[in-house]
Amino acid sequence: MATITAGAPPAPQATETQPRTSWFSQRGPAQFFAAIGAVLAVWIVLGTLLRGRNTLALAPADTKPLHVWLSDLQTSVGEGRNTNPLFTYFFNPIRSVIDAFGTAIQDLIAHPVDARPVPYIGWFGVVVLFTFLAWMLGNWKVALLALCGLLFMGLQGLWQESMETLALTIAAVTLSLLIGIPLGIWAGMSDGFNRLITPVLDFMQILPSFVYLAPLTLAFLIGPAAAIIATVIYAAPPVIRLTSHGIRSVPQESREAVESLGATRSQELFGALLPMAKRTIVLGVNQTIMAALAMVTIAALIAAPGLGQVVIQALSTQDVGTAFNAGLAIVLLAIILDRTTTAASERVETQRRKSAEPNKFRRPGIAIGAAVSAIAIWLSYTYQLLAIFPSSLQLGTVRIGLDVGTHIINAANSVTNWAQTSFSGVTNGIKDVVTAWALDPLQTLLDSSPWWLTFVAITVIAALVGGRISALVTAVCLGLVIAIGLWQDTMDTLAAVLVATVIVVALGVVVGVWMGRSPTADKIVRPFLDAAQTMPSFVYLVPFLALFSASRFTGIVAAIVYAAPVSIKIMADGIRGVSPETVEAARSVGSNTWQVISKVQLPMAVRSLTLATNQGLIYVLSMVVVAGLVGGGALGYLVVAGFAQTSLFGKGLAAGLAIVLLGTILDRTTAAASRRIGRVSE
Amino acid sequence: MKRTAIAAAAAALVLLVSGCNATKVSDLQSRGQLKPGSRPCGTFNLAINSWVGYEANAAVITYLAENVLGCTVKQKHIAEQVAWQGMSTGQVDAILENWGHADLRKQYIDNMGVAQSAGSTGIMGAIGWYVPPWMVEQYPDITDWHNLNKYAHLFRTSESGDKGQLLDGDPAYVTNDAALVANLGLNYKVVQGGSETALISSIRQAQRQRTPLLAYFYSPQWLLSEVPMVKINLPPYTDGCDADPAKIACDYPAYDLDKIVATKFAKSGSPAYTLVKNFQWTGEDQNSVARSIAVDGMSDDEAAKKFIDAHPQLVAKWLAGTGAQNAA
Repeated sequence: MATITAGAPPAPQATETQPRTSWFSQRGPAQFFAAIGAVLAVWIVLGTLLRGRNTLALAPADTKPLHVWLSDLQTSVGEGRNTNPLFTYFFNPIRSVIDAFGTAIQDLIAHPVDARPVPYIGWFGVVVLFTFLAWMLGNWKVALLALCGLLFMGLQGLWQESMETLALTIAAVTLSLLIGIPLGIWAGMSDGFNRLITPVLDFMQILPSFVYLAPLTLAFLIGPAAAIIATVIYAAPPVIRLTSHGIRSVPQESREAVESLGATRSQELFGALLPMAKRTIVLGVNQTIMAALAMVTIAALIAAPGLGQVVIQALSTQDVGTAFNAGLAIVLLAIILDRTTTAASERVETQRRKSAEPNKFRRPGIAIGAAVSAIAIWLSYTYQLLAIFPSSLQLGTVRIGLDVGTHIINAANSVTNWAQTSFSGVTNGIKDVVTAWALDPLQTLLDSSPWWLTFVAITVIAALVGGRISALVTAVCLGLVIAIGLWQDTMDTLAAVLVATVIVVALGVVVGVWMGRSPTADKIVRPFLDAAQTMPSFVYLVPFLALFSASRFTGIVAAIVYAAPVSIKIMADGIRGVSPETVEAARSVGSNTWQVISKVQLPMAVRSLTLATNQGLIYVLSMVVVAGLVGGGALGYLVVAGFAQTSLFGKGLAAGLAIVLLGTILDRTTAAASRRIGRVSE
Repeated sequence: MKRTAIAAAAAALVLLVSGCNATKVSDLQSRGQLKPGSRPCGTFNLAINSWVGYEANAAVITYLAENVLGCTVKQKHIAEQVAWQGMSTGQVDAILENWGHADLRKQYIDNMGVAQSAGSTGIMGAIGWYVPPWMVEQYPDITDWHNLNKYAHLFRTSESGDKGQLLDGDPAYVTNDAALVANLGLNYKVVQGGSETALISSIRQAQRQRTPLLAYFYSPQWLLSEVPMVKINLPPYTDGCDADPAKIACDYPAYDLDKIVATKFAKSGSPAYTLVKNFQWTGEDQNSVARSIAVDGMSDDEAAKKFIDAHPQLVAKWLAGTGAQNAA
């Protein structure tokens, strides 16, 4: 089935010019590891001798002139807001349009409207309509899923909140597609524009949203517009990337064939390129929807209504059960939308292959479905029972309770309490061991060595792993980190990110190999991976805090929960991609299972391993701010503090930029390594 | 086949709802009733910050504004900085529990003149260092800061190395802890918990598992009724002892938690403004409502109603001058 990859991070670019010289292409892995070991040895020796000198430390409450300047800028823009022409003539009109659009969708399915205490379409209308749409776009399986999923949200007691979230998601996704698909087409047709927009997209996806929430409410006020735009910033990049990628992936021969027929550019685009790229574009739509849902809890911080609100409020009373119940509804929504769009992309594919034989039942089916939906909408508009999701049902004299939510809340609370009291000794022990043996030494090496030593060491490692261009990118980014005055915090964050990524990749290999070899394991594990990716992290922060205390390790664990599924899925796909003949051949010469895995499957899936590392890193990095909420400190904490205190806004923004710089270093270096290994293994 | 099933189900439901005297949506009344004598209230935009004490204030104000004054209350769940910002854009009328925020006061009250204080909530906020009750039982002299170094080894964690850990919390709150630790010569390290959630979880766990914890905390806070944390006595606060942030060596001052309203709202003559201005209660009162919400799991409305029904005289004082003839 489909995979959920919420908040798709930047895909490594396929069309970059690749550096020629490298340790991998010229020498073997043994020399490569020897070189890395030598660099580390020199670094450790010099770092120990010079520990504590030139560390560029900056206390959490202290600021640099740049930070103060940025804070003052925000204050003065805020003070001049009502007379600033930029706001009156640019932001205000945009806001009105988006507000009106968002409100219209809310009125339709979520909010009380006019004199009615309910929206225009009640629960019954929504359920029937979405079931019909899922069938029309996908197949009857996803229709059944949509039907059961939506009804379940009602039973959870979260109908209105779910619809508010759905409405906001629909608005944000529509806007993302309206902007994203044309931009993606442009990027697909023009190399220049593609080069220009790629770093912008990286920036949009890696910059923590906490950084731009306050400026957004300043520009677009508190309301649907700010929430929708915050979501679009994060959710539009995937569809832009994948649209561009889809167009670029159309084989050169097909393009030439169309051009040779004398087609104009627009004929070529609409007649050949877009139809052939349709499946990839639908995948982009899928990723955009998932990214939009990942923003639900963040947007709740600026008054976006819906399930995120329930999660945030439950958190203030430490009511894990209620937060879990709402989180579960978000997961359900994500699974329904993911499976439906995936089924839609498969339908697009099959239609393209055998366009000659359309199903003769399909057209009448659509007509009947549309009619039934219309009736259902009218009924739910008129009758209370079909408008407001009932909490119980009266059938004759029998009263059936329809409240599943309370049971879920109570069960989640008892499980949490039990886990917190039973395991906290063990889990705190694990935390202490990992912190003392991995995190602390690494952090000391990175942040207590003189900055110039760390700078040189990281750049050399980037050169060994990724080549000259990676080294250049790394040096520039590290220079910028120093310029914005957050060197030591950035190194602390880097240490936590590296430890988390090592664990993520290890999990990816172990579980990925297991899933790749056993379809049954895959079936059982995959739903949990989907849930771990879409469940808002705010839900599990409270139990994690109880289990691991407020510490850097707690942040690492939260990052692992979010990032490991991606690595696991990539590894599983890689292992499955190893040709069965090769595996069979190895087995026939008497290799045992362990030998097959270590000598055949893993080496052949090495490309997947590097991709799993790259994606694992980026996903871990996106959890830095969440880590800051649970004791992770460093850049994540600074971003949170910048959102909470006006005087620290500038420093928070700078910390957000530092995260982007760190992301650029890690992504470019691992992506370059991945391409090289790919070449070598070919 | 599925389509037929849907059609059948739809038909069945039509029969069901029309057959048993189904209530029509148009028969339902929308909320909020105007009592005779009250002036029209209109829309009342209320900022909601995410701690339970605030929610308690908001619960009673919202209940009274909707059910007695007939306002349409729009609750906006936003962070503090965003709430102040909303005053300048006309989207927030009132903040019901403000903890200090000298920088925001300067920007929005002094410089821009878009907001003003609407007086005290009657509650004094206390910030300080706290230890769980079990520690006080076991080490009775721990509440004197002079003895903190003696116990520093108890508070060592993976985050503080060979020093004791002082856990700080929500970055939104004022903190001088780093300076305090340095200037009092304490062998402690400030560790940033990063959120109120982190603080509350740590405190609960510390009492439940009897693990040592020294944490920055504040009252009023609903958790204190569940875990009665004990405040450490730091050198007492005197006027001006916190003038130079780098040299602070005294306790935090008591904060008068006040209400902030948009100037436009104050001038509008809305009965909701009069209600906000009159609103004053005690930490005890707030805790009782907060406990109903946080511990007993009541909805905001239920908790507010329970309190209002039990305190008619106090509520009458709040409603004085709003034009409301009778209380809830």
